[in-house]
Amino acid sequence: MPSRELLSRQEALAEAQVVPEAVRCVQCGCCTYNCPIGIDVRAHAWRGLAIHDSHCLTCGECVKRCPREVLRFERISLLQG
Amino acid sequence: MPLEYVIIGSGIASLSAAEVLRRGDPQAAITMISEEAHDFYSRPGLAYLLRGDIPEKLLFVRNRDDLRALNVRRITAGAQQLLVQRQEVVLTGGKRIRYDRLLLALGATAVRPTFPGGDLAGVVKLDSLDDARQILKRTGRGKTAVVIGGGITALELAEGLLARRMNVHYFMRSPRYWADVLDETESKVILKRLRHEGIVIHPETQIKQALGKRGQLTGVETQAGEIIPCQVLAVAIGVRPRAELARGAGLAVDRGILVNAFLQTSHPQVFAAGDVAQVHDPHSGGATMDVLWSTALAQGRVAGANMAGGRLPYVKGIPFNVTQLAGLKVTVIGAVGRGKDDDLVTIARGDSEAWRRLPRATVVSETDQVNRVRLVIGERHIVGALVMGDQTWSRPLQQLIGQQADIGPIRQSLEADGPTALTQLAHFYQHWERAQRRT
Repeated sequence: MPSRELLSRQEALAEAQVVPEAVRCVQCGCCTYNCPIGIDVRAHAWRGLAIHDSHCLTCGECVKRCPREVLRFERISLLQG
Repeated sequence: MPLEYVIIGSGIASLSAAEVLRRGDPQAAITMISEEAHDFYSRPGLAYLLRGDIPEKLLFVRNRDDLRALNVRRITAGAQQLLVQRQEVVLTGGKRIRYDRLLLALGATAVRPTFPGGDLAGVVKLDSLDDARQILKRTGRGKTAVVIGGGITALELAEGLLARRMNVHYFMRSPRYWADVLDETESKVILKRLRHEGIVIHPETQIKQALGKRGQLTGVETQAGEIIPCQVLAVAIGVRPRAELARGAGLAVDRGILVNAFLQTSHPQVFAAGDVAQVHDPHSGGATMDVLWSTALAQGRVAGANMAGGRLPYVKGIPFNVTQLAGLKVTVIGAVGRGKDDDLVTIARGDSEAWRRLPRATVVSETDQVNRVRLVIGERHIVGALVMGDQTWSRPLQQLIGQQADIGPIRQSLEADGPTALTQLAHFYQHWERAQRRT
């Protein structure tokens, strides 16, 4: 399996962020609806932006609830702008 | 004088075109004409609304203020006639709107059933938010619904109605579900799970007529003579592009409005995008149709750029979709099937004709009851894949197929070692992906 995408829960909480793949997204709003702290995840997905919101708990609700596998955890890169 | 841009339609192709136009030309006058008065909402999200996964207000992606910020004039009206020589659109009621560039993004509409009683109240479709509201008004615990049709929408309806605690019967003409995209095992997995959820499947069953009293649906009669009393009859036998306006104006129309690589119709000031457009495909020489959100979004952007004076060709990507069938996530990429599905009279929503252009190819699959990866392998490339259940392979395969990765080095072992094919492919993918990142 492509191992770089498989992060442990601990790693996801500590070192990862939620990243959308805009081309898969149909803007249904399931992610935004299920975010426990009200981040508009869908708006990020429209622009293809990672969830940079400092309030994000990386709880994974949006990743899990997305019906189209738009969202995933990705390790935060040190080289990121 | 700023240019007058007019867009007919209010779906994703229309919105994405308007956003591109505004970015490209801050002074332009942009008018959006549609019969639907709602703010912009996610049409694919209707399935999740029906199932109760999200409340209605979450469907709206843009509100009135957003459109105001885009400075788009909205007109709620039907477009009755298009006069290409005069560059005018005639609205219902007679008002005329002039344009310099016009985009036809009218979408597609559900095909109506032809059996007697097909127009009774209670016979429903799922094209729009108003349709979803109609359906929700008619649902209720203990009531009965019959669903006919195929593809994704039929199951969205069946599972949505089930989630609303209705007794659901699913009639299929064929013995198999979605026979032109799924293989026999995949069809069986889906039908088994639907039965387990509580949906009563009626294979090889057709409706003779819908029965009613005072205009209201009361039941259906099958061709075998069985009568099932029901309050809802949901029909998803396919969609047709809303091309009448273009046809009436003398534009070139096949099944959809024919457009060139720049999404121009036979009249250069008029563009078409989304479900209504039929795009020339240089690979096949023909003109295939997609009814996919991602296609409509991409075409809207290209049309917008070209209306503003650009010369951007639309490059058709590998069509793919991720959907949920019987609670299982399913990704369909590239060419995976062939033949015809008798449950659809036209193409369905969330569907691409390109999925059915199966070349000579070898099929490798790995089955673990419901978790399944089916690869369709061509000479040097994977040309299609279907990932059911566990979606770990969805994204890697999308990349390998989309970027036409040369699998020559492992092709033979992929074919020879059925059970270990995916392990082989995982090693290959890791190397390939690393190389991609470096370049």
